[in-house]
Amino acid sequence: MEMQTITQETIEIEEQSVKSTEQSVKSPEQSVESQISGSVALLEALIVEGVDTIFGYPGGAIMPIYDALYDYKEKLNHILVRHEQGGIHAGQGYARTSGKVGVVFATSGPGATNLVTGLADAQIDSTPLVCITGQVFAHLLGTDAFQETDVINITTPVTKWNYQVTDANEIPEVIAKAFYIAKSGRPGPVLIDITKNAQIQKFEYKGYTPCNHIRSYRPKPIVRKEYIEQAAALINQAKKPFILFGQGVILGSAEQEFKTFVERSGIPAAWTVLGAGAIPTSHPLNVGMLGMHGNYGPNVLTNECDVLIAIGMRFDDRVTGRLDKYAKQAKVVHLDIDPAEIDKNVKSTVPVWGDCKETLPLLTELIVPNDHTAWVKKFGEYAAKEVEAVIHAELNPTSGEMTMGEVINQLNVLTKGEAIIVTDVGQHQMVACRYATLNKTRSNVTSGGLGTMGFALPAAIGAKFGALDRTVVAVIGDGGFQMTCQELGTIMQSGVDVKIMILNNRFLGMVRQWQELFNERRYSFVDIQSPDFVMLAKSYGIAGKCIDDRADLASTLQEMLEHKGSYLLEVMVTKENNVFPMVPQGCSVSEIRLK
Amino acid sequence: MSDQENIKQEFNITVYTENQIGLLNRIAIIFTRRKINIDSLNTSPSEIDKIHRFNIVITESEEVVRKISRQIEKQVEVLKVYYHTNADVIWQELALYKVSTDVIAEQVSVERLLRENGARAVVIRKDYTVFETTGHREETDNLIKILQPYGLIEFVRSARVAIIKSSDGFNSKLREFERLEPGEDVMENEYLNQGQKVFTM
Repeated sequence: MEMQTITQETIEIEEQSVKSTEQSVKSPEQSVESQISGSVALLEALIVEGVDTIFGYPGGAIMPIYDALYDYKEKLNHILVRHEQGGIHAGQGYARTSGKVGVVFATSGPGATNLVTGLADAQIDSTPLVCITGQVFAHLLGTDAFQETDVINITTPVTKWNYQVTDANEIPEVIAKAFYIAKSGRPGPVLIDITKNAQIQKFEYKGYTPCNHIRSYRPKPIVRKEYIEQAAALINQAKKPFILFGQGVILGSAEQEFKTFVERSGIPAAWTVLGAGAIPTSHPLNVGMLGMHGNYGPNVLTNECDVLIAIGMRFDDRVTGRLDKYAKQAKVVHLDIDPAEIDKNVKSTVPVWGDCKETLPLLTELIVPNDHTAWVKKFGEYAAKEVEAVIHAELNPTSGEMTMGEVINQLNVLTKGEAIIVTDVGQHQMVACRYATLNKTRSNVTSGGLGTMGFALPAAIGAKFGALDRTVVAVIGDGGFQMTCQELGTIMQSGVDVKIMILNNRFLGMVRQWQELFNERRYSFVDIQSPDFVMLAKSYGIAGKCIDDRADLASTLQEMLEHKGSYLLEVMVTKENNVFPMVPQGCSVSEIRLK
Repeated sequence: MSDQENIKQEFNITVYTENQIGLLNRIAIIFTRRKINIDSLNTSPSEIDKIHRFNIVITESEEVVRKISRQIEKQVEVLKVYYHTNADVIWQELALYKVSTDVIAEQVSVERLLRENGARAVVIRKDYTVFETTGHREETDNLIKILQPYGLIEFVRSARVAIIKSSDGFNSKLREFERLEPGEDVMENEYLNQGQKVFTM
């Protein structure tokens, strides 16, 4: 955030006064060498925590940290974003693909408030972040000082933990706690607000020790064997067991343990949007996506299975549809690390509270392999119906305008399922999640819980920094792209290689679909105009092309993927296409509509 | 779930926490986000150094109270949360009443009424006297009604404090929390304890 010149002067005077008081209180026996500033202590902490990339934007109240950063340019790669929201979404993308904690810097006031959407997104999607915000001098707190905002109270509902530092002595310990809390247990965003005086203040630095214990915080429960045994007993006697898995498998790095469990038990498994990719798309026991726009079989058969095994997922309303008609016939085994999720939406028969990296192997050990071929085949039958009614036409149209599905399908052919797919929110998101082939874990980056339009472009930048050796394709709608398209500037300046694919249907498509289906086609403010996206990209020095002819699709996608550096491809797709199947709001999952 | 779970009644939520700025807000918003009114809230240092104890009273169904308790316990600086019905706790509220000293001196009946209601004088001044009673809401309310005709000048009542009938205290639990590898007693999930009641197979 820009600072006013007059205020700059005021702040400089204040800084001088703070420095002079510090000098007067400094005890003579303290050696000057071991004294460092709060800002330097922060950066030292980041290095010990293994941080390599920071997404940020400077401003008045965080200037001392940025001044210190000037000397750390070789060790810490700071990416200058164009808006703090872009910064935090980039941090999320980075965390999701790298498995590390995303780090974001922002200044006080508007810089800090611009983080709120990203914090809420990271909170609901369990993304580990440490956000550092500058704050006005401690003596100005509560006085409505320039760029002062009560960021701690604003962000309390959307952070796993937050803390205001007013004394540099606190910095090493607080940053250690921040990283420990962000990444342990059910991960989440942490915000540390540091007043300017604490950033400047020199203090006796005793080194940095990472945190591994907070007495009031129990990230990892002791697994109770009797519940594992009860769960195994239920699963072993089940005739029609069904696995639902979510991002917990990925967050717990338990992909291998999960695969072993699925294969040994022979139980069909379906995924939530954030669980996508935890097991490869092509795995024979991967029966597809759950929820409102998920696959036909997984939704219908949820209400037919006898034992539901939920792993690292939270029974979001988009997954369950109408709760009082959800899997009422089934016994429920719920594996989750967050005890507040167990029994929150769906009552469990056996709760398995714990880290699935630990609980899954224990459960697998007790599993007696059963033949579930007939039951798995049933998913196949529903899948065949869905192909006939929906998928075939969506993926292989021969006439008319292009569909979103065929673009994703062609992308699968060219990337062979090896790319990271970052999506925004809306129709294209559901289409991409449904049809993208994901061979590897940490390949699906999307805003699941919060549904944040504008997420994809900045998240894709972060996703690439988190996985430099992989291809990152951002799939974005024409509406969402315009919410954060200023981040093209970040791409330009950082030189990051991100492939941007805008699926342009000239509508806010998902809202339009609902208006068509439920509001008698009263298209209220969903008709959206766009700039010339290719020209826009060009103005940032980014190559691009717009296509509207099916004949150009494969070759242009190939050109995009082979292009050295970022590339923006705009694909004109059919205007009024609907995403099906669909579980209409207020309906049971078994009432899923194919058209 | 059973019907019992859905009946709204008063619940006493006891929260042991670190003494941390902002934690009161972090706890309060867990109620407000569900639009639940906090009937009474008391927070005060507990018998253990640096550990605070919250007593929160809300009127809700057990199902909601259980979910809220889990969401409170999940906060980093919260050590433990318990919830109990009124039958499971002994509770008191403290009330102070300011009445004109002249009225008490002149009207013998007032003295009798105060005595009957277990009130005791805290401060006696020429112009006014302050009485104190402790009890349940109805009891302290009752004395307001009684004193009103004699010119009750001012009244104030504290939040509820409640002792859990079945509790063994928190000291031993806290020592476990401080260990890097705590015993199962601390790690156990409160609702797994009630396994048979909550999770029937």
